[in-house]
Amino acid sequence: MTMVLVDIQGIKKYYSARAELLAKEQVSVKAVDGVSLQVYSGETLGLVGESGCGKSTLARLIMRLDLPTAGRIFFEGENIFKLSGKDLKGYRRKVQIIFQDPYASLNPRRTAGSTIGEPLLINQMYDREGRALEVARIMDVVGLTKEQKGRYPHEFSGGQRQRIGIARAIILKPQLIVADEPVSALDVSIQAQILNLLKDLQKEFNLTYIFISHDLSVVRHVSDRIAVMHFGRIVELAENRELYEHPLHPYTVELLSAVPAPDPGRKKERVIREREVTGATNGQGKCPFHPRCPVRVEVCEKDEPELTDRGGGHFVACHGDA
Amino acid sequence: MLLEIKDLSTHFHTDFGVIKAVDRVDLSIDEGDTLGVVGESGCGKTVLALSIMRLIPTPPGKIVSGNVIFNGVDLLSLDSAEMRKIRGKDISMVFQEPMTSLNPVLRIGDQITEIIKLHLGLGREEAMARAIEMLSLVGMPSPETAIRNYPHQMSGGMRQRVMIAMALCCGPRLMLADEPTTALDVTIQAQILELIGRLKHDIGTSVILITHDLGVIAEAAEHVAVMYTGQVVEYASVENLFATPLHPYTVGLMESIPKIDAPWGRDVHLKVIPGAVPSLDDLPKGCTFQDRCAHTMQICREKEPQLKEYMPKHRVHCWLYEK
Repeated sequence: MTMVLVDIQGIKKYYSARAELLAKEQVSVKAVDGVSLQVYSGETLGLVGESGCGKSTLARLIMRLDLPTAGRIFFEGENIFKLSGKDLKGYRRKVQIIFQDPYASLNPRRTAGSTIGEPLLINQMYDREGRALEVARIMDVVGLTKEQKGRYPHEFSGGQRQRIGIARAIILKPQLIVADEPVSALDVSIQAQILNLLKDLQKEFNLTYIFISHDLSVVRHVSDRIAVMHFGRIVELAENRELYEHPLHPYTVELLSAVPAPDPGRKKERVIREREVTGATNGQGKCPFHPRCPVRVEVCEKDEPELTDRGGGHFVACHGDA
Repeated sequence: MLLEIKDLSTHFHTDFGVIKAVDRVDLSIDEGDTLGVVGESGCGKTVLALSIMRLIPTPPGKIVSGNVIFNGVDLLSLDSAEMRKIRGKDISMVFQEPMTSLNPVLRIGDQITEIIKLHLGLGREEAMARAIEMLSLVGMPSPETAIRNYPHQMSGGMRQRVMIAMALCCGPRLMLADEPTTALDVTIQAQILELIGRLKHDIGTSVILITHDLGVIAEAAEHVAVMYTGQVVEYASVENLFATPLHPYTVGLMESIPKIDAPWGRDVHLKVIPGAVPSLDDLPKGCTFQDRCAHTMQICREKEPQLKEYMPKHRVHCWLYEK
């Protein structure tokens, strides 16, 4: 049986904000509002949702770049928010992130080789010569040549920069990689190269991925299981094929129908509804999707649905039987 | 024919030499038609739109040759005062970034009425009434309130609706939409595409839709021009382009996108176009796609192909199809 690598238990992250400029009252924005999730060793868990649904906040919590308002995250059985000192440094070695924007996430004044090799330096691994060898080896693995190690980010194309970011992330041989929209800033022909590279690396190094994207076709291509987020919660979680072929939550259905198909013969029926601009500051005690839900029933306004198993590991948070 | 672009070239003079951002482009668009222009970053699609609008910053840019014949008049022969009368009225543009292309310190209503007052000569009251009418046309909830709002009080989708309302408020014959949905979420994108389609139907405006997304093209365009390194490499109706793509670049693009209904498996890899788009200041001799193409022949390295009709209404810029 596969092992649970990351166990997220009821994690919440609220930010306080003012509803309007100069308003006296503080409101809390519930960026992540009670997410529980297990990530298995060696799998790719896709996390999809639209902007503001909390997917990047969740990534920051898993990376321990932020502390939660409530809840716990266990990595190999250890609560990551209790780690400090040497243990925390050890955790950071096992968990790495790939960022969205290869233009903004590299230091323009550092050469590619120095960016890729810095994690080794921080962790005092190898001597100078050993580090150079390791950097060259990793550059080869991600499809860069070792001659390029003295170049600066502006001398690389977007796809190559993303390869530098990937090389930096895998050089410490991490167990878990959080990829936050890793191909969104890339052109289509380059996007395919990076997606293939990520798949190859996963096989070679037995990596576990949490793959965050707003693009349902990309998520479908890489993920074993997929979690759909909406207003800081997971509304549906299922195996790849199951989610795309039998989506149960009305929000998932809406998202899937919104993706434009590259096939002019198939202009499909849309199920898009006008968006209620309520924001993530919603009150408790009702389903946050109910204002625009086509299958809402009375109970949706009184009670917030829990994420429950509908069989075969297909979880849905919905009162309806959609 | 509403707009005919003939042999249009726009060059930029830089320290590294001359960049041919748009290189001898021939295109046309009929009344009520939607022309999709698709290509990756740097292929010249935005410069093409800015050239039609005569918005190329000079220097460093310059339209060096060609004609842009709109409604019988060559736009490139007009002086700037005459062009200002057409820009925003007969031809309008929706820019990519709804977050940055509205003025943050002006209310929405003032931004829309500015154009209406200028082009249609209406007074303040009448212009406001027209602005409200346009906002309700683009599906803005409570337009009477919206005209008093500032851009930051609106979401991305609503701002893009304001941009479209501004583009449509003088009843243009042609609307250029440069990546109008790229910054938006998929559900909002679907709404905006539907809106553009509906307005085109109601008002009869022709649309040039610029995008990098083949899904958006399939959804919204009737004809498609595929651009690569400043040139149109393939032109066809949307049905023909997707049924029988001819140019190796078009074929490669289509194969490299993950499909939402494709068979899934851990070992399924996407087909890729090897390499990257060559730098525009260092293009190879002959066909510019030669280093990424699986069918490169001797002639591709020596001579540049021409955009020629291979099948009825299906033109391609490739030596493979030279008869």
